[in-house]
Amino acid sequence: METTTSASYPLQDRSSTARRKQKDVLAVSPQTNFILNGLFIIYGCLCLLPILLVISVSFSDEKSIALHGYKLIPLKFSLSAYKYLWFDIHSILTAYGISILTTVAGTAAGLIMTALFAYPLSRKDFHFRGIFSFFIFFTMIFSGGLVPWYLMYANVLQMKDTLLALIVPGLLMNAFYVIIMRTFFQTTIHPSIIESATMEGASEGRILVQIIAPLSLPVFATIGLFYSLGYWNGWYNSLIFINNDEIINLQYMMYKVLMNLQFLLANAQAGSGPSSTEIANLPNESVRMAMCIVGTGPMVFAYPFFQKYFVKGLTVGAVKG
Amino acid sequence: MGDKPITNRNRTSLMRKIYQNRYLLLMLSPGVIYLIINNYIPMLGSVVAFKSINYALGYWKSPWVGFDNFKFLFNSSDAWVITRNTILYNLVFIVLTLVSAVTFAILLNELRNRFFSNLYQSVMFLPYFLSAVVVGYLGYSMLSQEFGFINTIILAPLGIDPISWYSEPKYWPFILPIVYIWKNVGYSIVIYLAAIISIDKEYYEAAITDGATKWQLIRNITLPSIRPMMIILTLLAIGHILNADFGLFYQLPLDAGALYSTTNVIDTYVYRALLRLGDTGMSSAAGLYQSVVGFVLVVSVNFVVRRIDKENALF
Repeated sequence: METTTSASYPLQDRSSTARRKQKDVLAVSPQTNFILNGLFIIYGCLCLLPILLVISVSFSDEKSIALHGYKLIPLKFSLSAYKYLWFDIHSILTAYGISILTTVAGTAAGLIMTALFAYPLSRKDFHFRGIFSFFIFFTMIFSGGLVPWYLMYANVLQMKDTLLALIVPGLLMNAFYVIIMRTFFQTTIHPSIIESATMEGASEGRILVQIIAPLSLPVFATIGLFYSLGYWNGWYNSLIFINNDEIINLQYMMYKVLMNLQFLLANAQAGSGPSSTEIANLPNESVRMAMCIVGTGPMVFAYPFFQKYFVKGLTVGAVKG
Repeated sequence: MGDKPITNRNRTSLMRKIYQNRYLLLMLSPGVIYLIINNYIPMLGSVVAFKSINYALGYWKSPWVGFDNFKFLFNSSDAWVITRNTILYNLVFIVLTLVSAVTFAILLNELRNRFFSNLYQSVMFLPYFLSAVVVGYLGYSMLSQEFGFINTIILAPLGIDPISWYSEPKYWPFILPIVYIWKNVGYSIVIYLAAIISIDKEYYEAAITDGATKWQLIRNITLPSIRPMMIILTLLAIGHILNADFGLFYQLPLDAGALYSTTNVIDTYVYRALLRLGDTGMSSAAGLYQSVVGFVLVVSVNFVVRRIDKENALF
C-alpha cells in the first residue's frame, strides 16, 4: 500500500501542473470576461441605485427636491433634515436602545435554547430522539395561523405593549436553526468524544458547555447571526402587539415615519423642540429619507463583516429532518 | 391476565429510560415549553375558525357555528382574489428566482477574477439583509408620484406624464416580482454557486480534451450537476405556495387601499381582518384554510421529492 502511494506522488504532481494549464483552457476568453464584468457592474449599480438615491435625498435641500424631484447627486447640499431629526434625538436613541436590547437578549436566549434542543437530538443514543425530532419538525410544516397565535400572546399571556412581545412571539426559537445546529453537531463531533467524556464522569451539561460548544463555534456564530438579524430587522411583532408609543423599536419607528411623518415631531418635547413655524417648514421628503439612513446606516456598515459568516452558514450542508 | 406483568415491565422500563436520559430531557424542556406555547396550543386554538366569537362570553363559551365562517369567506370575492394573488405571485417568484439565480451563479463562476466575482456576489446579496421597512422606503424613493426617481428622472425627459404608482393596481404585478428578485436572488445565488463550485473539475477537463465548447460544458455538465438542487428548492417553494412574504406585500405598497386588488394576499388579508376589522371569524377561517391546504401541499411535494431523490426529501 505504502509503496503505491509514494509511487503515485510524481504522477499527482504532473497532473496538478497539467491542471493549472487546463484551468486557463477552462476560463472564458478575455472578451467574454470583459462583457460579463460589464453586465455585472450594470446590474450591481441597479441594485444599489435606490440605496444611493435615499442617501442623496437625505442630504438634499428641500426646495431643490420640490422643484426637481429626487436626484442621485444632491443639487444643493443641506444637512437640515438631520437637524430636524436632532429635535427628536430622544425618541431615536430610545428606539436604538430597544432594538439593541431585544436583539442582544433575544439572540442570547435563542442561541441557548437552540443549543439545548439541538444537542439531545444529535445524540444517536438518546432514547427519545425520534419523538422530539418529530415534535420540532411538525411545527415547520403545520401552523395554527395568525389568529390563535395572536390570541395566545395577546389574551392568554397578556404580552401586548411589553418588551417581551418583541422578543418571545415567533422569534425566540427557530426550528430550522435547531436542525442546522443538530446536523452540525452530528457531522463534526465524533460520538467517541462524548463517550469518553461520559466514561470520565462528565455530566451532560458539562459535555455540552466544555466539549461541544468550543468545537462548534462556527455554527454558534452563524446561528447567532441569523437570530440577531431577525431581531434587528424585526417590525412584525411591533405591528401586531405594540399599540403605545413607549415601546417603539428602530424598524417600527422607521415604519411609522414612512407612513406618517408627523409621528416624528409628535414626540418632541415642548420648549426644546421645534417651533410651530419650524414644523410648518418641515423638510418632508429629506427628513423621511434621513430617518431611513439613521435607522439603517450602522447595519450596512456591519454588512461586510457578517456577510462572510452568513454565506458559510448557508452552505453548512444538508439540512435533513 | 398475562398482559399485566408485561405492561408493568414496559412501564418500569420506560421510567428507567426517562431516568437514564433525565439530563438530556431537562435540556429539551425550555424548547419544548416554547414550542407548546408558540406552536402547539395555537394549532389546537385554530378551532376558533369554527366559532362565532362573542367577546362578552369569551373564547371558550362562544357558540360553535360549524363551517359558517368558511361559507362567508368563500362566498365573498376576497377568497378568490387573495388565493389567486398569492398563488400567481409565488409562481412568478419561483420561476424568476430559479432562472435568474442559476444564470447569475453560472456567470459568476465563469469570471476570471475571484475578487470581482466575490464583490458582485456581495452587492447582489446586500438587499437580502434589508428589512421590509427599508424596502418600503427604497420603493417610495423610486415610485413617489411627485418626486420619485422613475417619474422625474426617467419618465419626465421622455415626455411621459407622471404615474401615480400608489393608486394604480395594474403596475404592481410587475413591480412586486422585480423587487422580490432584487431582494432575494442573492440568497439563491449563494446556494447554487456553492453547488457549482463543488462540481469535480475533471469532468470539465475531460470534456475540453474532447473538444467541447463552453456552452456544451454548461448544458451537459453544470446544469445536470445542479439539477437535483434546482428540483428540490423549486418543489419546496411550491410546497409553500400559499404562504406569501408578508413584509413585501404589506410594506412595499405602503398598505395602500387602492392597490388591494393586486397586492392583497392571504397573509395580509388575515392580518387586516384580525387587527383592523377585528373580524376573528373570517381571519381565522382564512388562516386555517391556508394552513391546511399548505400542509397538504408540503406533504404531497415531499412525497414527490422522495420518489425523485430520497436523500433530499424533507422527511
